[in-house]
Amino acid sequence: MARALIHVPATAKKGEIIEIKTLISHVMETGYRIGVTGQPIPRDIIEDFACTYNGEEIFHAKLYPAIAANPYITFFTVATESGTLAFSWTDQHGATQVQTAAITVE
Amino acid sequence: MKLEMDRDRSRREILQAAAALAGGVLLSIRPAAATPEMMKDAVRAVIGEAPVKKGKVNLDLPPLVENGNSVPCTVAVESPMTAADYVKAIHIFNEKNPQPNVISVKLGPRAGRAGFSTRIRLADSQTVTAIAELSDGSFWSDDIDVIVTLAACIEDPKP
Repeated sequence: MARALIHVPATAKKGEIIEIKTLISHVMETGYRIGVTGQPIPRDIIEDFACTYNGEEIFHAKLYPAIAANPYITFFTVATESGTLAFSWTDQHGATQVQTAAITVE
Repeated sequence: MKLEMDRDRSRREILQAAAALAGGVLLSIRPAAATPEMMKDAVRAVIGEAPVKKGKVNLDLPPLVENGNSVPCTVAVESPMTAADYVKAIHIFNEKNPQPNVISVKLGPRAGRAGFSTRIRLADSQTVTAIAELSDGSFWSDDIDVIVTLAACIEDPKP
């Protein structure tokens, strides 16, 4: 679907609170703008973002057109164990993009 | 001299007509904006009839925004984020965008710190509200007034 950038620390101490930064390239077209032809530009929105840590959901966001283009979201989690963080973005048509990042917890 | 006056008047008429036309165009392309009442309805739709208290939540937005298309927005909630006492959800609402909802986030004790950052669109100078739902069922909120000089959502796309 699109290019996504994820920043997760490669290593963390057990119990440490880590910050996760995500950005995906997407127009987030509101559907309220008028195009050059005079017709409204159709709405195209990522509506759902979720992050799982070894399969357990740690963050879930429902996005509305008021989120700026190229949605950038940062949040926190506790580094509990080594494993995989999976990020998924779902647009209004149901298309999902999943990207993963590995973390080593000492 | 008469000719001068005629020209002057016609110029004024053209200017007035142009101004009226521009006003009409602006009105017609501007989508219906949400109102504070719509925001209240949206808040009630999300959190129900529960009372909302001020405090605990810290919503951080720049007070003066030059470009409403991308406004950095950070929410932090005071919470120990333990299994017994944590923030369940954070919602952001606005008064004057076409839609009152901005984002709804679900959290859990695994977050460690209750908060997130994102970038939002603001269509007008307005009040933005963040509401947090705690695990004990209470709701806390914070408001911030933002002045926007260039609005989002309604500008014409680049040709």
